[in-house]
Amino acid sequence: MRMRLTVTAFLVAAAVSLSAQGPDRSKPPVPGPAPTLRVPTIQKQKLSNGLPVWIVEQHEVPVAQVNLVVLSGSGDDPVGKYGVAALTSSMLTEGAGTRVGLDLADAIDFLGADLSAASSSDLSAVRLHAPVARLADALPLMADVAQRPIFAAADLDRLRQQRLTSVIQGRDDANTIAALAFARTLFGTTHRFGTATTGTAATLRAFTVDDLRAFHAAAFRPDNATLIVVGDVTAAAVLPLLEKSFGSWKAGSGPVTHVRQPAPPARARREVYLVDKPGAPQTQIRIGFVGVPRSTPDYFPLEVMNTILGGSFSSRLNLNLREEHGYTYGANSFFDMRVDAGPFTAFAGVQTDKTAESLKEFFNELTGILQPVPADELARGKNYVALGLPSDFETTGDISRRLEETLVYALPDDYFSRYVPNVQAVSVADVQRVTRAHIRTDRMAVVIVGDRKAIEPGVRALNLGPVNIITIDQIFGAN
Amino acid sequence: MKLVIAGCFALLLPASLMAQPAAPLQLPYTQFTLPNGLHVILHEDHSTPIVSVNVWYHVGSAREKAGRTGFAHLFEHLMFTGSGHVAEGEFDTRLEAAGGNNNGSTENDRTNYVIDLPSNALELALFLESDRMGFLVDSMSQARLDQQRDVVKNERRQSLENRPYGVAEGQVLTELLYPEGHPYHWPVVGYMDDLTAASYDDVVAFFKTYYAPGNASLVLAGDLDSAQAKALVEKWFGDVKAGAPVGPITIPGVMLTAVKKQTITDRVQLPRVYFAWLTPHALAPGDAAMDLVGYVLAGGKNSRLYKRLVYDLQIAQNVVAYQNSQALSSYFLIRATPQPGHTTDELQAVIDEEIDKLRNEPPTDREVQRALNQIESSFYNSLERVGGFSGKADQLNHYYTDTGNPDWFNEDLSRYRSLSPTDIRAAVQAFLPRDRRVELTVMPESTPQP
Repeated sequence: MRMRLTVTAFLVAAAVSLSAQGPDRSKPPVPGPAPTLRVPTIQKQKLSNGLPVWIVEQHEVPVAQVNLVVLSGSGDDPVGKYGVAALTSSMLTEGAGTRVGLDLADAIDFLGADLSAASSSDLSAVRLHAPVARLADALPLMADVAQRPIFAAADLDRLRQQRLTSVIQGRDDANTIAALAFARTLFGTTHRFGTATTGTAATLRAFTVDDLRAFHAAAFRPDNATLIVVGDVTAAAVLPLLEKSFGSWKAGSGPVTHVRQPAPPARARREVYLVDKPGAPQTQIRIGFVGVPRSTPDYFPLEVMNTILGGSFSSRLNLNLREEHGYTYGANSFFDMRVDAGPFTAFAGVQTDKTAESLKEFFNELTGILQPVPADELARGKNYVALGLPSDFETTGDISRRLEETLVYALPDDYFSRYVPNVQAVSVADVQRVTRAHIRTDRMAVVIVGDRKAIEPGVRALNLGPVNIITIDQIFGAN
Repeated sequence: MKLVIAGCFALLLPASLMAQPAAPLQLPYTQFTLPNGLHVILHEDHSTPIVSVNVWYHVGSAREKAGRTGFAHLFEHLMFTGSGHVAEGEFDTRLEAAGGNNNGSTENDRTNYVIDLPSNALELALFLESDRMGFLVDSMSQARLDQQRDVVKNERRQSLENRPYGVAEGQVLTELLYPEGHPYHWPVVGYMDDLTAASYDDVVAFFKTYYAPGNASLVLAGDLDSAQAKALVEKWFGDVKAGAPVGPITIPGVMLTAVKKQTITDRVQLPRVYFAWLTPHALAPGDAAMDLVGYVLAGGKNSRLYKRLVYDLQIAQNVVAYQNSQALSSYFLIRATPQPGHTTDELQAVIDEEIDKLRNEPPTDREVQRALNQIESSFYNSLERVGGFSGKADQLNHYYTDTGNPDWFNEDLSRYRSLSPTDIRAAVQAFLPRDRRVELTVMPESTPQP
């Protein structure tokens, strides 16, 4: 935010005055060399109990982000306890230390801070965002939440009811239905990734506070955790505060254990799964397969390929289904890469009377990407991925999330400084290689949520494969 | 991308400061106006090598004519389809090839456009932005209009008809709040028939009337050199032709004189109830107080409605309350969904009871201070980002539009800091009468699942 006066400014101004007639619009400006992102230095320290601390100084705004990340998430939910990680995390802020939930919320809100806890497939985290002037007051509350949750039975019953109600409400939303149907179709009902992160009505009903305590004890321990600090702090100033709040946290007994997921069921042929949503003016489409883990050596070629296929506004799917045909407000695709292989999903909400036409165009693009990608399209895709990196390093929250990624997936220390060259190294041949390895259009699951009466004949006429009818009751189970 | 924001569902000013003896919050900027009337604001922030190019056109759905609702937003879509010197599709491909992102949004009162990209590509963004400001209709065609019409109809299906409670929230609510003919009566995204009726001639006329540089303001924020950026703006926007001034909007006076009650059905499992009141327009006396009323009623677990309905009685799945600030007229909204087995009438009884309490007795000092501290923090948080719809560039344009002063952060914060608990009570007394409001209930079409 500093002003910079330079001599070049005057030179530029003089040059411009010569072209007062208006610029030559037939020659669009060509950007000069891209600026290099100064990848923030990560200061790696340890507290006296061995808890690792990563600190990135960012002195732009007087705020700080502090994330306590544990390397256990919903992927570690034991069979039969699906949803326990997510529910445990939610319960952390419902009372901790000497404060019941309302007192805790009052204290945090009064500091102008934000404190939350959540689980995803590979991690659970307690995240604090606070004015730096309030950090010393907020950290002890955060430490209570992570280390000393109360897990009161009455609070569990309240959250349980809210989640059961959310399951009921999920039936209203074609997006939710499609996401659950797609997960179930790819992974099956016994694999963790085949049901919602938050669990099912059946598991939610069965959870006891002992389940939460067990997950908390196994996951939230300093030898399974890292503190990530980003903001207007110095290591010298913040480390004593962290030591005070987290330094006496005792390691758990025995080694940390993780649940590994079984291989998902193999798919021998393409199949269609149709869910009836009577009267729906749009059909939600999900097409895909079980993709790759985050550790895939093909990470960069896959990201570039997906950017071209469905990962940007000018991607093939969006240009075709939205801009050329007007069937949808947007068509996209993405790889959800986790410790274990997550799904690849191509998706859109399309108008009901264009459902079959849209499916046809989806497969046209999924087939078309198997051909060599033109050089200019590849260059655009690579630039979009590579040059967009700085925008992920703007806010303390953004930076902390990128650090979480490097932590959870054990990315190398030079990951971000090597990021741009790694993207730019992707060749036409690389894209074609990974496309042929992964995009198997004859083995995809095609999930369609829409007005069956209106769309079924057209869908069947496409002959994409066997058409299975799934009911909403099957997807959500008994309430 | 290119989404419609039908009214802002957040606080008008995402902003904030710290409750302490906070240093004045200042954003250094320079500004100038081109001979063609375009107002330009520059702000330097070199912390990340990106810049944001942010344009506000001072036109939104409130300017639409009868039979052409949704046109301002449909027009927004056309702004991405190419212009006199930018071939169809090139607006996006050129920006993406430079590592940039772009988007636009339409509200009742304004339409904004955002380009965020690496700082080396600033001039490319200025070329593209100026070309569509100056030469959009040079390459416009019936086919482009037809194509975006289909996209926008799908946007409407996605955000209203196919979204649970979407029609109630995105359409019926404002139809009840504002009388026919009032410019906030219809949905920003428009009615299907009106979208069908939009013509090529409408596009040309709208462009000439509302997209002149004098009806716009441009903010450049981020990793830029102000002198150099000014020269580039002069270079690319200097030849955009000036247009006729746009006069102020005239509206019929609007007030509710009774309870307007309506029940509609939707394909949902649970009912939902909305209460809405007409309230002071953005920045008018009472506007900030109503923001605080929103906090006291439903901001956080200790807020009065959340605590009673969700925490203590456990008869609601959720409750939301906020002041939706707009230029001509605002509204205050409370929305609550009962738990299965409970009714909207039960919720209404508690909601009315809690409003009555605030009508009779001011909130506690701690409740007000807690809200102020959260608001102050939100001001700081908003300074972390340069671009997008919530970054500094957009806020500078927002403040400039509303007050003529881009750096109005401190003044805005002062609006909140100057309020006392009795001001909150007074606002509830004045603006949340029980006998003059909208009561909208959504009932499930069929029996809820067991």
